[in-house]
Amino acid sequence: MSDLLKVPTMAEFMAAGKQPEVLFWVGCAGSFDDRAKKITKAFVKLLNKSNVEFAVLGTEESCTGDPAKRAGNEFLFQMQAVTNIEVMNAYEIKKIVTACPHCFNTIKNEYPGLGGTYEVMHHTQFLKSLLNDGRLTIEGGEYKGKRITFHDPCYLGRANNVYEAPRDLIRKLDAELVEMKSCKSRGLCCGAGGAQMFKDAEPGNKEVNIERTEQALETKPEIIAAGCPFCNTMMTDGVKNKEKEGQIAVMDIAELIANAQDL
Amino acid sequence: MEYLPQIVFAIALIIGVGYFARNVKRIKRNINLGRDEDVSDNKSQRWKNMTMIALGQSKMVKRPIAGILHVIVYVGFVIINIEVLEIIIDGLTGKHRIFSSAGTIYDVLIASFEILAFLVLVAVIVFWLRRNVIKLKRFLSSEMKGWPKNDGNIILYFEVVLMCLFLTMNATDLQLQLNGAEGYANAGSFPVSQYLLPLFDGLSNATLIAIERSAWWLHILGILVFLNYLYFSKHLHILLAFPNTYYGNLKPKGQFGNLEEVTNEVKMMMDPNVDPFAAPPEGAEAAVPAKFGASDVQDLSWVNLMNAYSCTECGRCTSECPANQTGKKLSPRKIMMDTRDRLEEVGKNIDANKGEFKDDGKQLLGDYITNEELWACTSCNACVEACPISIDPLNIIMQMRQYLVMEQSAAPMELNNMMTNIENNGAPWPYNQMDRLNWKNE
Repeated sequence: MSDLLKVPTMAEFMAAGKQPEVLFWVGCAGSFDDRAKKITKAFVKLLNKSNVEFAVLGTEESCTGDPAKRAGNEFLFQMQAVTNIEVMNAYEIKKIVTACPHCFNTIKNEYPGLGGTYEVMHHTQFLKSLLNDGRLTIEGGEYKGKRITFHDPCYLGRANNVYEAPRDLIRKLDAELVEMKSCKSRGLCCGAGGAQMFKDAEPGNKEVNIERTEQALETKPEIIAAGCPFCNTMMTDGVKNKEKEGQIAVMDIAELIANAQDL
Repeated sequence: MEYLPQIVFAIALIIGVGYFARNVKRIKRNINLGRDEDVSDNKSQRWKNMTMIALGQSKMVKRPIAGILHVIVYVGFVIINIEVLEIIIDGLTGKHRIFSSAGTIYDVLIASFEILAFLVLVAVIVFWLRRNVIKLKRFLSSEMKGWPKNDGNIILYFEVVLMCLFLTMNATDLQLQLNGAEGYANAGSFPVSQYLLPLFDGLSNATLIAIERSAWWLHILGILVFLNYLYFSKHLHILLAFPNTYYGNLKPKGQFGNLEEVTNEVKMMMDPNVDPFAAPPEGAEAAVPAKFGASDVQDLSWVNLMNAYSCTECGRCTSECPANQTGKKLSPRKIMMDTRDRLEEVGKNIDANKGEFKDDGKQLLGDYITNEELWACTSCNACVEACPISIDPLNIIMQMRQYLVMEQSAAPMELNNMMTNIENNGAPWPYNQMDRLNWKNE
């Protein structure tokens, strides 16, 4: 299966004297985390299927600096940002798509002030645009009629007001979209943001991801849909904690669309 | 002697307004202790935000019960102030109900004041029940013990007393009008206070006048006292909500500002033409190395400090905070309350030391806000979204984290590991950057 994936790099495009339509910013989770790598591959399958001429930076990509910035290390953030911007500007990148809302937010909002201005899209927005342009078709497949609840990633939703693109895609699957009691602008965080992913939580009486998973379970979903690799991890852990992993899957929207078409 | 009431009134007005003006100046001085932040851009959007959010209460009604009750009190407050204008003119000129020449319009005005006064009374009683009987969770947090709790109730009592005085004044006035008492010409329509008439049944005109005058005086003196109570209270929001929403953040919530001091240093580090051992240029020695992040109120921006004075401690931020919901110490409301308390302390210090701040060995970080609170934040922006008047607690939290990390290297161990990984291999985990594309072939 994987040998069918076409993943050209920017360097290859450059060598061929070509410019891709869009740069796919994979991100650290998408590159290294075993669960997130599946999301990356699902998204690449959709890009391949839609004949999108995309490229990745591959080994030239480096952390956007988001976790360093949210942890308070502005130095490290700006060092990372300036390095990445130098690489992307050298390749004359115009448009970027990423499956990570943290990378999305940082490149879209915080890079312009440091000399890196690009059109940046979250992968759900990009898939939606492919759908609108008739380049991608979405069918329900195995998800037809399934109860799916969508967990809003903070850095996609509240941080950038993107609420509808992921929901529109879920509806296209002919699935039954059910909302949690806190959703959209009032969506509860999964607990990973602000560099929390990389440390233990402060003393309290509950983990944030358990609280959020409980809200998700209240909707009696068959699938919890996510749009962020970190949310995905947190919600997956939450579902395991509730011993529901047999009944409830935590899936990225790109995976849902790819699986529905048996890609 | 004839002019005595007018003189007393004028003196009361001057003292009341004068003392308030003095406190306004103090607030302005304190807010300006913050560092400069340019928010002069995008004026039309800012006016729009102020109109929608402060004037139009658009975010208040996101929680319908508290929101609608609040709108009643707010509209009542604004409209009943037209009556206060009449009272002030009457007080200074010695006239009685000077606007009554407006005839029907006056009837309509007084009637609407009365109806609003009644609705305000109902709303305020519900507010009191929510705080003291129903005991909503967000009013019971640890930061709400003591003065903040009392403050909340005192404001409600003030409003009850003021509204009762207003209605008593009108009821006795109406009775005097019905009795044909001298100086009480028929004026106004009293849809609420007419039901209070039985209370004053059988009283002589002299007694009625005494009650009417007492209510009138206590009402206006009460308003002046309330005006001056604002400075000591969370109730300052009735004024500061307007500039606060005007100067609120217009950028996407996820966009955190890039520190300019850092940008300059990073540029130097990345510039191959810079000689790191070069002597600083003439006159550069005087430049004090910038402090990164914030450890005290003077390091925060003036907008942060205005935010702190504007906070009315409603706790919507805290009730939406994922850390707080799961029992962590962090409460965005407390961040704002601490900032104001510390700012007040610094302000008093300056007043006591002839205009100059003398180091008191304290600061916002540590003495008010602990590291534990700061590290519990997920930067999810729920608090910012929840605030009905565009306060941004997250901005303060992030500036304090910057101080902890860049000035004190005081990040939790695991975060230090994460940052070392980013520094060494461009990812928060210990993977080799050269393996970034391995997923393709797995």
